[in-house]
Amino acid sequence: MSPVRRILFICLLVLIPVAQACAHAFLERSDPAVGGKVHSAPAEVRIWFTEAIEPAFSSIQVFDTAGKQLDKKDTHVDSTNRSLLHVSLPPLPGPGSYKVVWRVVSVDTHVTKGNFTFQVVP
Amino acid sequence: MMLSAPKTASAHGFAGSRFFPATLSTDDPFVADEFSLPTVSRIVTPDGGGTRDTEVSSDIALRITPKWDIEFGETFIMLNPSQGKAVNGFGNLSIGSKYEFFENDEHEAVVSLGLGVDVGGTGSKEAGADTFSTWTPGLFFGKGLGDLPQKWSLLRPLAVTGLIGVAIPSSARTDGSPNPAVLQWGFAVEYSLIYLQEQVRDVGLRAPFDRLIPLVEFSFSDPLNRGQSGLTTGTINPGIIWSGKYFQVGAEAVIPINSRTGNDVGFIAQLHFYLDDLFPHSLGRPLFGGTR
Repeated sequence: MSPVRRILFICLLVLIPVAQACAHAFLERSDPAVGGKVHSAPAEVRIWFTEAIEPAFSSIQVFDTAGKQLDKKDTHVDSTNRSLLHVSLPPLPGPGSYKVVWRVVSVDTHVTKGNFTFQVVP
Repeated sequence: MMLSAPKTASAHGFAGSRFFPATLSTDDPFVADEFSLPTVSRIVTPDGGGTRDTEVSSDIALRITPKWDIEFGETFIMLNPSQGKAVNGFGNLSIGSKYEFFENDEHEAVVSLGLGVDVGGTGSKEAGADTFSTWTPGLFFGKGLGDLPQKWSLLRPLAVTGLIGVAIPSSARTDGSPNPAVLQWGFAVEYSLIYLQEQVRDVGLRAPFDRLIPLVEFSFSDPLNRGQSGLTTGTINPGIIWSGKYFQVGAEAVIPINSRTGNDVGFIAQLHFYLDDLFPHSLGRPLFGGTR
């Protein structure tokens, strides 16, 4: 084993096993998809994250192009998957662009946030 | 002036919804808890008619407060001249500190001040370590383009980080050779596929490709005085970083901008650990002032 490979091996051997299983939560995928187009207005927005989420400090908000908040303000973690966050939507006004703003706290208290849009098209 | 690995730890960080990786060749503005081991670089310098300079370095940065850190770095240098005997040895210990004094989440912007010192006499003179200390105050910046209008949305994953500083030697001459003050500047242009997938458009990338950040780094040194003005050296380094939960790996080609810098394309590669994610309740949090 070369010296560089030996160093890499030692690093992984020492650091990874003692690490605690938590990290910044990144968006893995969403429904509707990030930047996606849907033909029927969704009843909720779901976002899958890379880490388990702390529900008390996490939220998804959905806005129209005028900046009016449309979601039902009922962000909640999925009962069977702690890395999946939901927010319910009322019947949306119709075709158009909608902005999703999320902010989550992973279980190790790291905060991450982001936003994306999706479109409802006829 | 020879190419050298980063003198202090590069940092990963967030500005608003933007994640910035730790860059390999130019330091960025973020204050963080992290550990690089190893950073391996190789380039053929013009010294002695052509010398293969291989360096293996390690850096660690630990936060004192959420906005202020202290950094230590050490490098093992292997010089293999085309003529003559190869020499190995440690470079000087580098110590640095950085303070992040401006952050604008909406515009994904960060600015920091830093001070690094290459502690003279702590390394091997045979391996090229200076016998004098060099102090380098610097300004560091980072800016994501996430605030571009929607019609430019595919450019929103772009970001730039960079630095400008002056390396000031504590001795004007060594063994008859001048030691000029040197303007050190550089920047990195990166296109984050993480940002593209998370915030712009799900283009269907899945692991591990959704964690890639292609980038190009530009690193330059301009001597300012003592008869050395105009003898610019520098490299252009295209490469890629993969960022995972606890660590990132990156590799770049190192392309000299002129024959003063080098005679061939080299490389730099790094394994970099995020201590704040590995040890969020101990080593990976500031000594004072919360977690952030």
